[in-house]
Amino acid sequence: MSIAETKPERADGWNRPPVTAPDGDGELLEVSMGPHHPSTHGVFRMDVTLDGERVVRLKPGFGYLHRNHEKIAEGAAYLASMPYTDRLDYFCSLTNNWAYALAVEKLAGQEVPERAQYIRVLLAELTRIQNHASSIGFLAQEMGASGTPLMYAFREREKILDLFESLTGSRMMCNYMRFGGCRVDVSSDWLDATSKVVAALPEFADEFEALLTSNEILMARCQGVGVLKPDLAVNAGVSGPMLRASGVNYDIRKVDHYGIYDRFKFRVPLGDHGDIYDRYMVRVLEMRESIAIVAQAVRDIPAGPIMDAKAKIRGFRPKPGEAYGRIEGPKGELGFYLISDGGPNPYRYRVRPPSLINLTVLEDMCLGHNVADAVLILGSVDIVLGEVDR
Amino acid sequence: MLGEGILKGMLETARNFFGSYVSKERLTTVEYPEKRIPAFANARVFPFLVYDGSDSLGGMRCVACQICEKECPPKCIYIEKSKDKKPDYVGKPQFYPARFDIDISVCMSCQICVEVCPFEAIKMDTEFELATDDRFGGLLYDREQLAKSNEYYHSIHPAEANEVDARLAEEKAKVEARAKAAAQAAAAKTAPGSSETPGGGS
Repeated sequence: MSIAETKPERADGWNRPPVTAPDGDGELLEVSMGPHHPSTHGVFRMDVTLDGERVVRLKPGFGYLHRNHEKIAEGAAYLASMPYTDRLDYFCSLTNNWAYALAVEKLAGQEVPERAQYIRVLLAELTRIQNHASSIGFLAQEMGASGTPLMYAFREREKILDLFESLTGSRMMCNYMRFGGCRVDVSSDWLDATSKVVAALPEFADEFEALLTSNEILMARCQGVGVLKPDLAVNAGVSGPMLRASGVNYDIRKVDHYGIYDRFKFRVPLGDHGDIYDRYMVRVLEMRESIAIVAQAVRDIPAGPIMDAKAKIRGFRPKPGEAYGRIEGPKGELGFYLISDGGPNPYRYRVRPPSLINLTVLEDMCLGHNVADAVLILGSVDIVLGEVDR
Repeated sequence: MLGEGILKGMLETARNFFGSYVSKERLTTVEYPEKRIPAFANARVFPFLVYDGSDSLGGMRCVACQICEKECPPKCIYIEKSKDKKPDYVGKPQFYPARFDIDISVCMSCQICVEVCPFEAIKMDTEFELATDDRFGGLLYDREQLAKSNEYYHSIHPAEANEVDARLAEEKAKVEARAKAAAQAAAAKTAPGSSETPGGGS
């Protein structure tokens, strides 16, 4: 008799964790996975209660990487928080920059010039490609494919990071976007290099898929494991590839039309089952769509200024008010909520991190699966602890 | 057929393995430190202070305005203003930093000090091999260690340095022209009658 059968199932798909040991079925074993566990992507702890191999309860513990980002930002100038946003989700510093810049631009009523908008889209989509590639690589690593897919992913990521470095000066801590534009202009050489890298990427995606998509081991480990039902995903506020893998058509690029996304032609891949395999597939397909967006952006980018003429770097004091800027980050909805009291510092600064909120359904996905599957399910959520703990 | 997907993957791996002998695309690593990847023109590591001429402290562009100290997000810069003044590149008397420390164990290479500096005095270095066995003193750079010549700046960021030089030269020319005009006006004032406009007073 399994525990999943004895407990009442709620209509909204929310499974309550069992609190009592099953009678006569052996004893429960509590295992603490992490915080120094290689599968936890940083310092993350899972208190797993096991009935044999099966997970009957899972309590996530985080906060080990808490750096007081939000409170520090309330005591610092608006611009001074920009480099700190790089360190939230350190895989995707450019999308973090964009989300923060978007919130401040809304607050201050700044306009972003056309060319800067194109640069932002270009960089955000490159970020998405490298994030998805490496997150799939890590997922395969956790499946026991020690190294190969991850190294292939990192080889391609390296090319994109080279582009980032030659433009922004840093591979990961880009600190590139500014309120009302971007810091340095892209040269035509850089655009040529980008289109060369992007032209080679579909081949990489094919190679990656040949390596993984029809692999029987991957299919056996992933299909039907860690299923997230769409209604639970929506109720829990899950976003990004995880939500779309559950079949919910919600992409902020399509919903909000922030930036200039309505000018680009791209599709939103959706999953059917909401299992790990669908999450993998959605990421691969999103990579392909992002490649198409980058190609369009490189083709269409206009000449012009890259900074709002009224923007100033020092003495920036937006008028009192509040703003919420959100973008479709590679991991989901990344939002910054700011309240200004007219001073040089934000009165309130709040980050809505996709990784943290996607993690809240971890237990629901893990219940009834094996411990080894819990590791995979965590990997398929695609978390970065810098963002979860902030 | 069961195992077909695995075989397909193996084939891909083999293609990459043997391909790495012939294609540079597939072999992306270099053997550091024997071989190095050249730094990008925009690369940034830690800040340094630019000086003109050969005197590293006398020619320093920094005027100790302390803007970078104030704007630095992790507050890793410490500046003490001098009591006396020295002439800057346009000849205007300015303060100079009696002390200028950057704790590079705190610095996060964000480049905000460079962006806010109105005097083109602080720039980003590309030197990254800075390991030391002294955790505190060895990572606290004073103004002597931070001072680097404009020629060095040209060697690491040529395009940016040329732009900066052009801007400074333009500014200097403007200041000189203004001084010249002021001198001429002063000379004209002392000469009787010449300041009157034709047609008399209005």
